[in-house]
Amino acid sequence: MFVINCPYCGEREQSEFKAGGEAHIVRPKQPTELSDDQWAEYLFMRKNIKGIQYERWNHAHGCRKWFNMVRDTSNDKIKAVYKMGEEPPTE
Amino acid sequence: MKKNLRVKSSKFIDETYRIGFKFNGIKYYGFKGDTLASALIANDIHLVGRSFKYHRPRGIMTAGSEEPNAIIQLHNNSSRTEPNVRATEVEIYEGLEASSQNCWPSVNFDIGGINNFLSPILPAGFYYKTFMWPANFWEKYEYFIRKSAGLGKSPTEPDPDIYEHRYIHCDVLVIGAGISGIIAAKISAKKGFKTLLVDENPYLGGSTIIQNSEFFKLNNQTSGSWLEKEINEIKKIDNLEIKTRTSVAAYHGYNFLLARENLTDHLPIENRKNKTRQRLLKIRAKKVITATGAIERPLIFNNNDRPGILLSSAIKKYADLYGVSCGEKNIFLTNNDSAYEAAISLIQKGINVAAIVDNREQVDSKLLYEVEKNNTKVFKGFTVTDTFGYKRINKIQIMQLSKDGQKVVGSKINLSCDCLGISGGWTPAIHLYTQSGGKLKFREEDQVFIPKNQSLDHLSVGSCNGDMTLNEIMTNLLKDLKLFLDINDTDYENIEVLSCFNQSKRNIWLLPSDKNLGKTKPFVDYQNDATAKDIKLALREGFRSIEHVKRYTTTGMGTDQGKLGNMHALGIISETAGAKMGELGTTTFRPPYTPLTFGTIVGRNVGEFFDTFRKTPMHDWHVKNKAKFENVGQWKRAWYYPKNNESMHQTVQRESKAARDSAGILDASTLGKIDIQGTDASEFLNRVYTNAWSKLAIGKCRYGLMLNEDGMVYDDGVTTRLGENHYIMTTTTGGAATVMGKLEDYLQTEWPELDVYLTSVTDQFATASVCGPNSKKIISKIFPNLDLSDGNFPHMSFKNTKIGNISCRVMRISFTGELSFEINVQANYAKSMWEKCIEAGKEFNITPYGTETMHLLRAEKGFIIVGQDTDATMTPIDLQMDWIVSKKKYDFIGKRSLYRSDTIREDRKQLVGLLTENPKEVLEEGAQIVTDIKKLPIEMIGHVTSSYYSPNLDKSIALGVVKGGKNLIGKKLIIPMENKNINVTVADPVFLDKENKRLNA
Ligand SMILES: [Zn+2]
Repeated sequence: MFVINCPYCGEREQSEFKAGGEAHIVRPKQPTELSDDQWAEYLFMRKNIKGIQYERWNHAHGCRKWFNMVRDTSNDKIKAVYKMGEEPPTE
Repeated sequence: MKKNLRVKSSKFIDETYRIGFKFNGIKYYGFKGDTLASALIANDIHLVGRSFKYHRPRGIMTAGSEEPNAIIQLHNNSSRTEPNVRATEVEIYEGLEASSQNCWPSVNFDIGGINNFLSPILPAGFYYKTFMWPANFWEKYEYFIRKSAGLGKSPTEPDPDIYEHRYIHCDVLVIGAGISGIIAAKISAKKGFKTLLVDENPYLGGSTIIQNSEFFKLNNQTSGSWLEKEINEIKKIDNLEIKTRTSVAAYHGYNFLLARENLTDHLPIENRKNKTRQRLLKIRAKKVITATGAIERPLIFNNNDRPGILLSSAIKKYADLYGVSCGEKNIFLTNNDSAYEAAISLIQKGINVAAIVDNREQVDSKLLYEVEKNNTKVFKGFTVTDTFGYKRINKIQIMQLSKDGQKVVGSKINLSCDCLGISGGWTPAIHLYTQSGGKLKFREEDQVFIPKNQSLDHLSVGSCNGDMTLNEIMTNLLKDLKLFLDINDTDYENIEVLSCFNQSKRNIWLLPSDKNLGKTKPFVDYQNDATAKDIKLALREGFRSIEHVKRYTTTGMGTDQGKLGNMHALGIISETAGAKMGELGTTTFRPPYTPLTFGTIVGRNVGEFFDTFRKTPMHDWHVKNKAKFENVGQWKRAWYYPKNNESMHQTVQRESKAARDSAGILDASTLGKIDIQGTDASEFLNRVYTNAWSKLAIGKCRYGLMLNEDGMVYDDGVTTRLGENHYIMTTTTGGAATVMGKLEDYLQTEWPELDVYLTSVTDQFATASVCGPNSKKIISKIFPNLDLSDGNFPHMSFKNTKIGNISCRVMRISFTGELSFEINVQANYAKSMWEKCIEAGKEFNITPYGTETMHLLRAEKGFIIVGQDTDATMTPIDLQMDWIVSKKKYDFIGKRSLYRSDTIREDRKQLVGLLTENPKEVLEEGAQIVTDIKKLPIEMIGHVTSSYYSPNLDKSIALGVVKGGKNLIGKKLIIPMENKNINVTVADPVFLDKENKRLNA
């Protein structure tokens, strides 16, 4: 069970959080202009990486804020957390 | 004559405190400090159970948690009965009752023992090969297999004991209180770290505390007495917490560990009252030090499983710790120096050691010279080729090993004995380390897996790190600890260490016999009866992966997870397949390290605390009025209110009729309520619902359908515009939390530019829904000043009003198709408001109705219930609700998905009404719908989602989803049931009042 450093609250037990899938998938601004394939790409296609993965997390039983996390799925080490709208750390 | 196997008083045993206990119905005595195993051995009982597959007699094999054989049932026929308990871990107490579990009818005469003679036809994978075909025979096979191979009995009554969970946060957790753990804990605590030291045993000091030998010394004292002083010192350190009888079960990521603390199992039953039995510790440690020691390896040779064959370290522990001799004529078989340590302990106590059979040809060991000095014959370069004695070993046969160790040569020598100690070297206990994700490396010299690397938050020390001698332990322990805890020096820098242990070892995974392997029984996994033969057979049959061989042969799949034999299994695979040990990998050791009781796992979350449930403010009224309740999400909802022994069907018929004929009242408080405010509130609703919201006037209500981005219906409910920038949204009862979460998600991540604030007010407001042709009269009695005319207060509108000083929000909305009003008040006034409605409705026979009647009434109108008539595959178009999907709006959640190639298919399942040919016949919800029952295989084209007998229409009605259903209106379909086929006609899903006249009745 992870200890997650919520960017708003600080370190909390994983049981307070909810995972929300892959991060940085922006909802298209003009969905009606997309082909079926393009829309399907947004709707269905998600990565499942062994290694560094960018994920959305929600402090559901805390401040209820969504934020992003960089996690190495091969060893579950959390490399960084950052607020929504912020650029992912480059290193 | 009864033998006296208590050899010398041990300081760990209180011989003044005698304890009576029963084993297999017979009364015995032991002393305080004994385990069940040591007390049985003291009574000369080795035979304690039967093996799983062949039912071979099995004896106590070890003196610790790795025990594969002495698995017993505690407290027969009581609510406290517990199966699969290791006799080596049970501390005896007055009144203890235990019995062998894997034998029938008794441990001494076991019918399943015939399997032993049948064993040539019970090879590896026998169960897979035999009982898998024909598949439907499994039930019959299972009966006989289970009867003869029971693995204990589970209790049939509720567990009367108390369990609890506790969180512990510490700087340093040290697992294992042997010499390494004691020193590590002391150094850590003295440095100021909040330290927790845990050990599974009732005493501290591990195997060193019983080491009372001239050959192992620290600062010129025997290592045991040196350690005893250290233990006395650490008990005085304030920031060091010590927990004995505490076994770490699991080591998860981020240094989160689960441990079971045993608090009362060693006490006499009458002293346990009102005490917590076991505690699950949830430990979060900044740093973890594992000092879990090593487990002695057995040796794999023909008939190596007879009662009286024990690990040499176990024989030493029984003698040194419990003062019990395992036999009167002891022989050891070894490939390293450990057996000599044990032999010396026995000799010290005057116990006969007849011989030592050593696989090694040349040994230059002080321990060996000491043994020889005492006239014990040492057979160098020999091995045991067979053993004899059915219920207790009485003879062994030994022969000389060939130079390559693959064969035996020379003549057979028979030696009589009543106990054989075996030692195949040591296996570091790396189980917890690997659970945490730690990787292993293989050390060729002594054929062990050891931790590959240390991290910043975890350190393995002592023999679990592969340090097997006192010198190695002290040197590496101090070096590693200083680095790990970032300290410069310790109290132990100049400690003098004497260790006479010669590390030479002759490792032969499968010892040869004069007989062909096929004629021998060299057990690798004692608990599951897997032999070296089985492993070789699996390899011949093509299995290569260690994980596959494990499952096929069941090696390592017992409750002991193969703590003893896994290494040999790997070794035999490696030799047979010609693969390198280091490259084979190991099987995975999964939590728990030793079995946990269910009680420990659930803690206090039992009975009424198993799950929380939510009650509406009117709950007590429902209880008082004999409501039956239904669980909806975590809510307890009134389901129906039976009167005078009415059945559920009768009740629902009465309630439904009353609601349409006069008046009904429903507690609708459980619906989710979200308060939405902000200048962009209307725009927000436009984006989350399928229909348009900008033009909704203040004071008006609108029904909305919420989709997922994939176009499938997610939730529905009525939202009311309370002000220019203020709405109150209702959601389904079960969907309240997830809808809130989804809305917050979009606001925070996709549309942060919107000025919208969401507040869940589900618990703050409670709701009574009054419906029926007389509802307006009832409402007018409660709110005499409120103009209820259709002009002033039309359907789908809302008024702010008051009962006395209490503010009420009254909505004229309907989920039943009847004229209907919903009164919302602050939750703490809700019960009195409800009672007021009941009072006002009395003259109109106002009838409280529950969720079942609500479902029936809405089904008559063809209103859907999200989650009942929909699953996650229904679009609004599939539901024939095209009218609610705005064509004008540029975008809303899920819009684009409504014209994907798949969602526009004509033959999707669509919601329709279903009428049975026989109007009295009520369909079963979930029943399959077909067109042709003659054409095989029968194609399923849909299923029934809602079905009721409508008292208002006096016929059966149903909703269902059917492929291409919209175009099938009027068509006949078939619903095949177990013993009949029901003919139905596809109909409009609105069965009653299609023109909505009743809303304005
Ligand atoms: Zn937070």
